[in-house]
Amino acid sequence: MTKPLVEIQGLCKWYGDFSALFDINLSVAEGERVVICGPSGSGKSTLIRCVNQLETHQRGSITVDGHEVRPEMKGIEEIRRSVGMVFQSFNLFPHMTVVDNLTIGPIRNLGMSKSLAREIAMKYLQRVRIAEQADKYPSQLSGGQQQRVAIARALCMKPRVMLFDEPTSALDPEMIAGVLDVMVELAEEGMTMIVVTHEMGFARKVADRVVFMDEGEVVEVDTPDVFFGAPKTERAQLFLSQLLGH
Amino acid sequence: MDRNTPPPPEPRKRLTVLDLFLFGLVIAGVAYAAYRVNDVLVYNWNWQRVFDFVLRWDEDDGRWVTNLLLQGLFTTLRLAVWATIFAAIIGLIMGYWRTCDGLVFRIISRAYVELIRNIPPVVFIFIFYFFISSQVFPALGFDRIDQDSPWVDNTLFWILFGDPRLFTNFLAGMVCLAIFEGAYITEIVRAGIQSIGKGQWEAGRAIGLSRTNLLRDIIFPQAVRKILPPLAGQFITLIKDSAIVSLISIQELTFLATEVAATTTKVFETWIVVGGMYFMLCYSLAVTFGHLENRAARSRR
Repeated sequence: MTKPLVEIQGLCKWYGDFSALFDINLSVAEGERVVICGPSGSGKSTLIRCVNQLETHQRGSITVDGHEVRPEMKGIEEIRRSVGMVFQSFNLFPHMTVVDNLTIGPIRNLGMSKSLAREIAMKYLQRVRIAEQADKYPSQLSGGQQQRVAIARALCMKPRVMLFDEPTSALDPEMIAGVLDVMVELAEEGMTMIVVTHEMGFARKVADRVVFMDEGEVVEVDTPDVFFGAPKTERAQLFLSQLLGH
Repeated sequence: MDRNTPPPPEPRKRLTVLDLFLFGLVIAGVAYAAYRVNDVLVYNWNWQRVFDFVLRWDEDDGRWVTNLLLQGLFTTLRLAVWATIFAAIIGLIMGYWRTCDGLVFRIISRAYVELIRNIPPVVFIFIFYFFISSQVFPALGFDRIDQDSPWVDNTLFWILFGDPRLFTNFLAGMVCLAIFEGAYITEIVRAGIQSIGKGQWEAGRAIGLSRTNLLRDIIFPQAVRKILPPLAGQFITLIKDSAIVSLISIQELTFLATEVAATTTKVFETWIVVGGMYFMLCYSLAVTFGHLENRAARSRR
């Protein structure tokens, strides 16, 4: 078996006295697509934010590409560069043009020249079908376009793994498809992805495994067929019936 | 009715009885004050005496020259500009420290802000003058700058700092104001930095930017846009606050006005003229800044 790209073992996290994550074990192999779902407040976002240490954990270990990530560690930037992240609220830099949003990382982190960075950025903007907007500011774009820019920005750092934190939750319904299309393409190209989402259609189509979380614990890990067809636990059944009930 | 019907007109605003009544009250109040001064006080008005201290006709040269009050206004303006520059530097550093993770930085900046904000300005100025400027400046040799220094004897120095013979005096006032206003600018900067959402920090971190790059490329450029309007307001406040350094004999407008009032005994005229000068300076700056702000807001769209 190949070595896992992201390995999480015995992970625990507390906010004050509140146990946000408890004893999480999850390993993601290279090229694997994992979808994490569960009711809100179940710790899905917290979990993937621990992977690049936007949140710190108190117990357990997280290894990315063979390097353990720890709170307060030196060189965390190095690891973050190999982990792309897409946020629910896009978080583009509003004072920079679209293309500058993409090039700032490569220029500052990798010491890339401006012209080369721009060339690469344009390539990724083309891939997310937004190249013609390169010199606009984020506020001039629709939500769906902004999220596609955010994906391109993460890709520009040539990450080993991409984290998606509810990438379509803040979008108007008609914008969701464009973003999901880009994500499906990315999956087809073999990108390792950990995706927190409520888009069950996406999960069914793309995921190798579905991780169901509730109250800070991993309750069930299945292939999509099993999870959507015949979930083993009662909590997963309840969640799915609520989600698909209407 | 079809879609092309024009919208109904906005209702006009008109004066109500209450408005007229209030106007009347204000006019009556002003008239009464004028009556008291004129008839009860029996005050002998002489505006020309005071105007002579704004601009004076030089008999020898045959031209108008600036006199004490106008020179004082220029000194006040110079004080305000330099003090704002230094206060902004102090405020930028301290304001950043206020938002730092490091405990020592936060303690230092917090102590600075609280100390200044919780001491009356006048008290601070005396402490500053007697304990700091009168001790430190001579030790640094600033008091000899007006002598035997060829670089102070030129027009540029005059424009930037005024009379070289008063440079130490000017410097004391400037540093004093800078330290004082720096505390308020610190809070403006802190608020500016903290107004940048958590998402921006996270997005910067997520692409692996170092803390320095994150601050320089992402946080500060956005914070500065939010800081500029209150900073412009603080600059105007600083002009008004600069009047208190007259207490330690800094030769700015208010200090010179007390001298003029004493020499001419025309107290009312002097202070009305000086008040008018401060008003014109501050109000025109306020209008200018407001204009610039509107333009910046429009160009951002």
